[in-house]
Amino acid sequence: MTSGGIRVELLNAWFGDKQALRDISINIEGYHTTAIIGPSGCGKSTFVRCLNRMHEVNPLARAGGRVFIGNTDIYANGTTPVEVRRRVGMVFQKPNPFPTMSIYDNVAAGLKLNGWERGRRLGEVVEQALRRAALWDEVKDDLKQKSGASLSGGQQQRLCIARALAVEPEVLLMDEPASALDPMATAKIEDLLFELKQSVTVVIVTHNMQQAARVAEFTGFFLMGELVEFDRTEQMFTRPRDKRTEDYVTGRFG
Amino acid sequence: MSRIRFHEGLEGLRQELTAMGGMAERAVELAVRAYAERDLSLCQQVFSGEVIINSTERRLDEVVLDLLAMQQPMAVDLRLILAISKCIADLERVGDQAVNIAECIQKLLGLPEFDSPADLPEMASLARTMLRRALNAFVTGDAAEAQAVLLLDDDLDTMNDHAYTAVAAAKAAEPAMTQNLLNFLIIARNLERIGDHATNIAEDVIFWVRGADVRHHALAPPLST
Repeated sequence: MTSGGIRVELLNAWFGDKQALRDISINIEGYHTTAIIGPSGCGKSTFVRCLNRMHEVNPLARAGGRVFIGNTDIYANGTTPVEVRRRVGMVFQKPNPFPTMSIYDNVAAGLKLNGWERGRRLGEVVEQALRRAALWDEVKDDLKQKSGASLSGGQQQRLCIARALAVEPEVLLMDEPASALDPMATAKIEDLLFELKQSVTVVIVTHNMQQAARVAEFTGFFLMGELVEFDRTEQMFTRPRDKRTEDYVTGRFG
Repeated sequence: MSRIRFHEGLEGLRQELTAMGGMAERAVELAVRAYAERDLSLCQQVFSGEVIINSTERRLDEVVLDLLAMQQPMAVDLRLILAISKCIADLERVGDQAVNIAECIQKLLGLPEFDSPADLPEMASLARTMLRRALNAFVTGDAAEAQAVLLLDDDLDTMNDHAYTAVAAAKAAEPAMTQNLLNFLIIARNLERIGDHATNIAEDVIFWVRGADVRHHALAPPLST
């Protein structure tokens, strides 16, 4: 596996008695973007939430199997969820900045949790994260005056990306990051993904197949908790091998 | 997301292409009959048919453009639309070739009668067979039938080579018949081109059905399960 990649071996996940993922094995290429597609309830969000141990936040949820980030098995004894989530950041469908915090404090929040001191270095890291999230030029004059909630939806989502990037994760998980945004804000996020994969491995859940086609080199199709097909995106959208993938991407079900 | 309307539109386009294929086939049939029966009125029917084929080409191209822009098709639907788009161009060219043949026949009817040294009826029969089978493969989505059409193209090419040799020999023996012979050669050439377009259509069927690019004698990968 290339550096920065994710290796998943026989991952199973449940909510109570209901099995949400069944024997998922997949190698996600480092420093590329991988899209996860599938109809509602297919397990795609559960899958990405298993990649940073967010799944187990739900008390009824449990997961089994092995997930390697680099050489670390994130489900091994001695690996803590906090450590995993620092290495594997996450951005959600609805932008969720801390509403009362300034833009600066929003980005610095994760760093502070990891024991950073306020000072010049912190300022540099915040600036770098905002630059990487393509938000710096729009907010640099009001960093400490404006709250995160005062930004537009698209800016808020990029703020959340900056917040996730500030702790320098190896992997960035995105669950429908642009579904609440207008086409211009969506385009900015998609452009941003191209830049980000130079330095971080991106896994994006999306219902929008054109978006998957635009941003991802690899695509996985989930159905009823199973990974039906995983391949290069152009193969998935022009000549999928599995009839179920074909039926889904052509809109014959789902 | 329901895509019922899209798939209805795609099916409608497929049926219209089938009808356009029927027009192109009919044009070739008329041109071949005009040659066999020395009938100018059949040539006229080829000319008027070409106008309809051309307007159909423009209309179907518009439908293709709309479906691509509005529906952003994927996978087998995307392959079908691309295949249809290319078939439209091939069928329009077949219509042109039928016109070229009909124009030659017009000229031949104004010249002293002289039998062709090339077996043009045999070539015409093979070219029409290829076109008909390629279109049938398209209608039924039959990649195996399309593959069979590809194998016939070499035979037609060989016939065209023989036609050239026979015409060259006849020209040396009967220089006064050069005008007739040149028209025979052009007819042979156009029949050979009709075979090429039938081959293209067959290749497009294979691409649509199996996702395989078999153009220029590339080997098709095995059928996916």
